[in-house]
Amino acid sequence: MAGIATERTFEATAPPSGSTVRSSTGRRVRRAVRRHGKEYLLFVALVGPNLALILVFSYWPVIYNLYLSFTSWDMISPNPTWVGLAEYRELFTSADFGHVLANTGKFVVLIVVGSIVGGLATALILNQRLVGRGIVRTVSFAPHIVSGAAIATLWLFILDPSFGLLRAVLDPLGISSPQWTTNSQLSLYALVMVYVWKGIGFCAIIYVAGMQNLPADLFEAARLDGAGGWQRFRYVTFPLLSPVTYFLVVTSIIGAFQAYDVTAIMTGGGPGLSSTTLSWFIYQKAFQASDAGLAAAAAMVMLIMILAITILMTKYAERKVTYQ
Amino acid sequence: MYALLVVIAAVFIMPLYWLFSSAVKPSGEIYRFPLEWIPHHLHWSNFINAWHDAPFGSFFVNSIIVTVIGTAIKMVLATGSAYAFTFLPFPFKRVIFLLLLGALMTPGTITLLTNYLTASDLGWVDTYAGLIVPGAGSAFGMFLLRQQMMTLPREVFEAARVDGAGHLRILLRLAVPMSRPMMITVTLISVIEVWNDFIWPLIITTTTQMRTLPVGLLYLKSQEGYNDWGAIMAGTVMVAAPMIIVFLLAQRYIVAGFSGGAVKG
Repeated sequence: MAGIATERTFEATAPPSGSTVRSSTGRRVRRAVRRHGKEYLLFVALVGPNLALILVFSYWPVIYNLYLSFTSWDMISPNPTWVGLAEYRELFTSADFGHVLANTGKFVVLIVVGSIVGGLATALILNQRLVGRGIVRTVSFAPHIVSGAAIATLWLFILDPSFGLLRAVLDPLGISSPQWTTNSQLSLYALVMVYVWKGIGFCAIIYVAGMQNLPADLFEAARLDGAGGWQRFRYVTFPLLSPVTYFLVVTSIIGAFQAYDVTAIMTGGGPGLSSTTLSWFIYQKAFQASDAGLAAAAAMVMLIMILAITILMTKYAERKVTYQ
Repeated sequence: MYALLVVIAAVFIMPLYWLFSSAVKPSGEIYRFPLEWIPHHLHWSNFINAWHDAPFGSFFVNSIIVTVIGTAIKMVLATGSAYAFTFLPFPFKRVIFLLLLGALMTPGTITLLTNYLTASDLGWVDTYAGLIVPGAGSAFGMFLLRQQMMTLPREVFEAARVDGAGHLRILLRLAVPMSRPMMITVTLISVIEVWNDFIWPLIITTTTQMRTLPVGLLYLKSQEGYNDWGAIMAGTVMVAAPMIIVFLLAQRYIVAGFSGGAVKG
């Protein structure tokens, strides 16, 4: 504040010409370069290549994608044709895209709720001093570090109606194992089940780390006040964990929006469109239908949805999340 | 409580057990109901069949090349950038740092098509460069390493400078060894990411001999609807087992990496 004020007075008394300002900053820059020249060079050498890769392969794609979304292009003809908003109009007037968005909504909500509730429950058990919890922690986290392609292939076999593991589990209960991946009523839920299975261990580990940071005296106080296990969870543990929950909700939403490796192997989005979510729709339009414009427009829709959700969540978190 | 612990254990152990046991079952035991829970004897022919159905040898070699070189490049970039942001002056350093971190916000679904087009303009389709370079930039690893380097005692570094040591020497002899646990964490996270990647290698490679292991699994699924599950599970074991072994050996470092970013902010 003080700096701005003095500058204003300075301007008022003796307005400097543009050239003197430039030469004084120029001098300062020159002096800094002379003093730190070698260090600046080293900085450029160390950060430059990394920054270049990030600019070319993380930022340029967003700009390029925005441009492509206003074009029509089959990726064979030499150049995209500018069509304005036509691709967006095509998306929002097609019944297919509505179906895909509805699938995406169900898919994201179920995966986020499933893996966070499952992860929290697992964490509450793992946080007890039980024999064997180390092993359970390890096996529940293992699916998170195995390739989605491998997990999907394994589950394709588990869900096989004739020879799969699930038949062995359901048979004694008198239930026959359904055609998970080829039934349009079930295919989306089969994918959700696998993603939740893969995601629970990650959520559990993050929750356990959060629980170990909670102040023990609060639980002691609650216990002395006669709060039971459920009340301690409801009024102490869960509110104190809200930053962790918030982090997991945001990362799981973004992750679920982009998930398609399991889809690619288990259902290919089918039967029909029954298990096609937005990310798989984009993949298909780009690499199976060679419709770059439509794929780019759908990708922009996804980017906007992710940004909007992140901003809304942040606004909500500012009011609701309890930080210690 | 123990009942719940057992239920949770079963939900995760049974599928994994099923994967490994099916890979060593003879097909007679796979296509039998009620199920054979325990293979009568270890039976390695599924691995041989998988190896015959698709060139798993070259998938393996490709996965190792891409993982080792990709991780090496990423580590050099991540360590160098982290050191520069911690110990070197530069105009607008903070802006550049945030620009790098912002890359974590760009969804992979959006970069997929356009990065394919960029790689294809560069002539990188079906090459190791195409498999490795687009994913080699480091934002998350750089962030974790910088957080670590900021906690290192400044006096040690100042003493080294007074003794006349240059920045590169300090980086290699002090900053890297003193950040060893975080170096291991960032390396392992990169190894897991690159090894497991499926969609990018699927689109950027076009010939069978350039495929990586996860993509190679597609070659085992038959077109006619008959699945040789024994061979498929053997192939899946080849994809999953190396990462499970890495995880069992270095669980502490891996969990620290995944939860570190979350809990500390």
